Amino acid sequence: MSSLFKHRLAWPLVTLLLLLVLNAAFNSSFLHLEWRDGHLYGSLVDILNRAAPLMLVSLGMTLVIATRGIDISVGAVVAIAAAIAAWMIGGSLVIVDGVATHASRFPMWAAIAGALGVALVCGVWNGVLVARVGMQPIIATLILMVAGRGIAQLITGGQIITIYYGPYFFLGSGYLLGLPFSLFIAAAVFVLLWWVTTRTALGLFIQAVGVNPSAARVAGVRARRITVWVYAFCGLCAGAAGLIVSSNVKSADGNNAGQLMELDAILAVTLGGTALTGGRFSLAGSVIGALVIQTLTYAIYSLGVPPEVNLVVKAGVVFAVMLLQSPEFRQSLRALVQRPPAGGRA
Amino acid sequence: MSTGAEPSPVLELRGVSKQFLGVRALSNVGLRLFPGEVHALMGQNGAGKSTLIKVLTGVHPPDAGEFTLAGAAIRPTTPQQAQQLGISTVYQEVNLCTNLSVAENIFAGRYPRKGAKGGWRIDWPRMNAQARELLTRLNLDIDVTRGLATYSVAVQQMVSIARALSVEAKVLILDEPTSSLDEDEVKRLFAVLRQLRGEGLAILFVTHFLEQVYAISDRITVLRNGEFVCEKPAAELNAPALITAMIGRELASQSSAAPSARAQDGKPLIEARGLAQQGQLQPVDLDLYPGEVLGLGGLLGSGRTELARLLFGLAANDQGTLQVDGQPVQLHSPADAVRHGIGLCPEDRKTDGIVAELSVRENIALALQARHGLAKTLSREQQAEMAERFVKALGIKTASIDTPIGLLSGGNQQKAMLARWLATEPRLLILDEPTRGIDVAAKQEIMDEILRLAQQGMSVLFISSEMSEVVRVSHRIAVLRDRRKVAELPAGSSEQAVYHVIAAQA
Repeated sequence: MSSLFKHRLAWPLVTLLLLLVLNAAFNSSFLHLEWRDGHLYGSLVDILNRAAPLMLVSLGMTLVIATRGIDISVGAVVAIAAAIAAWMIGGSLVIVDGVATHASRFPMWAAIAGALGVALVCGVWNGVLVARVGMQPIIATLILMVAGRGIAQLITGGQIITIYYGPYFFLGSGYLLGLPFSLFIAAAVFVLLWWVTTRTALGLFIQAVGVNPSAARVAGVRARRITVWVYAFCGLCAGAAGLIVSSNVKSADGNNAGQLMELDAILAVTLGGTALTGGRFSLAGSVIGALVIQTLTYAIYSLGVPPEVNLVVKAGVVFAVMLLQSPEFRQSLRALVQRPPAGGRA
Repeated sequence: MSTGAEPSPVLELRGVSKQFLGVRALSNVGLRLFPGEVHALMGQNGAGKSTLIKVLTGVHPPDAGEFTLAGAAIRPTTPQQAQQLGISTVYQEVNLCTNLSVAENIFAGRYPRKGAKGGWRIDWPRMNAQARELLTRLNLDIDVTRGLATYSVAVQQMVSIARALSVEAKVLILDEPTSSLDEDEVKRLFAVLRQLRGEGLAILFVTHFLEQVYAISDRITVLRNGEFVCEKPAAELNAPALITAMIGRELASQSSAAPSARAQDGKPLIEARGLAQQGQLQPVDLDLYPGEVLGLGGLLGSGRTELARLLFGLAANDQGTLQVDGQPVQLHSPADAVRHGIGLCPEDRKTDGIVAELSVRENIALALQARHGLAKTLSREQQAEMAERFVKALGIKTASIDTPIGLLSGGNQQKAMLARWLATEPRLLILDEPTRGIDVAAKQEIMDEILRLAQQGMSVLFISSEMSEVVRVSHRIAVLRDRRKVAELPAGSSEQAVYHVIAAQA
């Protein structure tokens, strides 16, 4: 039991369970699952579906943070990818011979490839600024964070583009084997990352670069190249998240899509036990972190916290969770509880 | 110790014990410091020197023991408290803020104040004046308002000593103060120490350089495996006896007889012609043959490290050519050099060598894996097998191969760095100060290993500030001065011969 609690994922999992219990306590139907319209239906499924974009962004962010970097442009990249996909698909309902069919501006595969391609370019841009130009990661990605919203607005022409193309909605609200399709995307990226970081030397290289970039370079690790590709992959993950988000809300809003997602992603990575100082990282931890944040958001809405204070409540809970996960805090708490009763006879 | 009318010690430690997580670091250790003496604290890596200093200065609480300062029992619990009591410490790593001015560094945390109500404003003129005064005492005349980063490491070292002296110190502790200083700077430091000793200060001096011990110390205390071995006047403990006391046995006498020149038939592995870098190195011609140890002689800043960086792709040459196996190559990065079978143990182990949070296993595997790239990944079992093999072969002392390397002592970290490169089976291994900051026994093990490897056909470029080591292992010595190569000396040249070339006017 005690060794179970020493596992690095133990506390993130405990946090997630606590939040689920909290939800269940206030909402009796929270844990209820049923089969409806050919797929699973219920609050838990809803949380998983809504958490998928954040999971994707957090996975990309995990690697960036492991190299001692940070990418605060992911929210903007989500918006850019969403805008490109929405613009390229556009879509309209065409009635041909009395049969309603969907028509898109470009084929859907081209729209998806275009959005992901641009997101990849955004990531490479960040990576080059950090690894080749030598800018501080937070400043380098700040550029795209600010400019990216402008680019997204430019693509959407300052409007919210609505998507009228049924097949595209499958990405964000479709179901496969009874589960949300977006979950499969996140799972695929997770498995891919897990495989390349544990079954190839990439994990070792990323950690070495994160702990001591100079030593990694002297050992012959192509540290700069790895850094560029880590940022590129993070951009790609944000692009995929942008597709899911735009598909889910059937529109692209250059101003609000992926708003503050960079901070949620950093939070998810931190909650999952990856230190912002780089080095050791946990992909599974980041996924759990993303679920914690989504469950918390869900709880705030379902408990009927007034919208004007929900950010304050969220901040409070996050603060408590951070304390709970700190070994130093738990130790001092334990010392406080286990203090021998004063004045007792020995 | 023998004379009856002995002055009483200013600081005395008795029966100090300390355990870390069940590991005994100090056991019943004693130490006496007399006013007006320089006292050397000696021992191998892991003997407990650093722990003793940390216990004494309140960094770690001792499990047992008594401290007496000027007759009164003390028990400092923080370094600040120790300092207030008059025990000032200059730690091994210069821990100053290079972005602040010299004066700010000296007075950090206790700036002279002025103004009403306890002084809310910093009295800059007074601070700068006092800083200047302190540095004058150390024979250093520099602009104290300039940033510390603009000065050399040697000056920074003096500044940290000035900082230690800025409080009324009775005891000054210097933990390896000379490890990053060159010969002249060491001499200047010693002159200062002698002056402070004359003023009645008790100085505790920790170093790995034996000749420095005898140059400055009056008395020596030896620790081994966390235990007190002996305390003797320096005059009564000669170097062989000191080494025996430190390692607990006699050091195998210089197993490595001075190597004779090797036949340089065959083709050179490395041919550098007019290799140069603007502002770093004047054009250098250099040949390196398989199986040869080429020593680089020269003072700090003579261009030794710069040459090594060019040969390893850490810097780019703007003139000259480099050939490996007769083929011209252009090294753009260390990864290129590694591909050509070149390895480099860097001068600064902490910043360029170890990846502290990763395990010994991962650190040893890193270079070979980097050479393989991602396509050919070593399995965990292969890494473990390799790490175990080197831990055994080089006698790396570690709890397990999965211990983070940052927890190992300096000498063992250095051996692991050697293992990292040996695992890649390099054809040329560049060793930049491989023996810095490690103890005598480990030093000799590393040097023996170097010679053994050369016998097996590997080329070694050996860089060391300790000329005795260079002349001992090298088949040939290239001497650098003022960033250019000035001479090449054959094997068996004496230290004096090398110094003679270095000192000769161009």
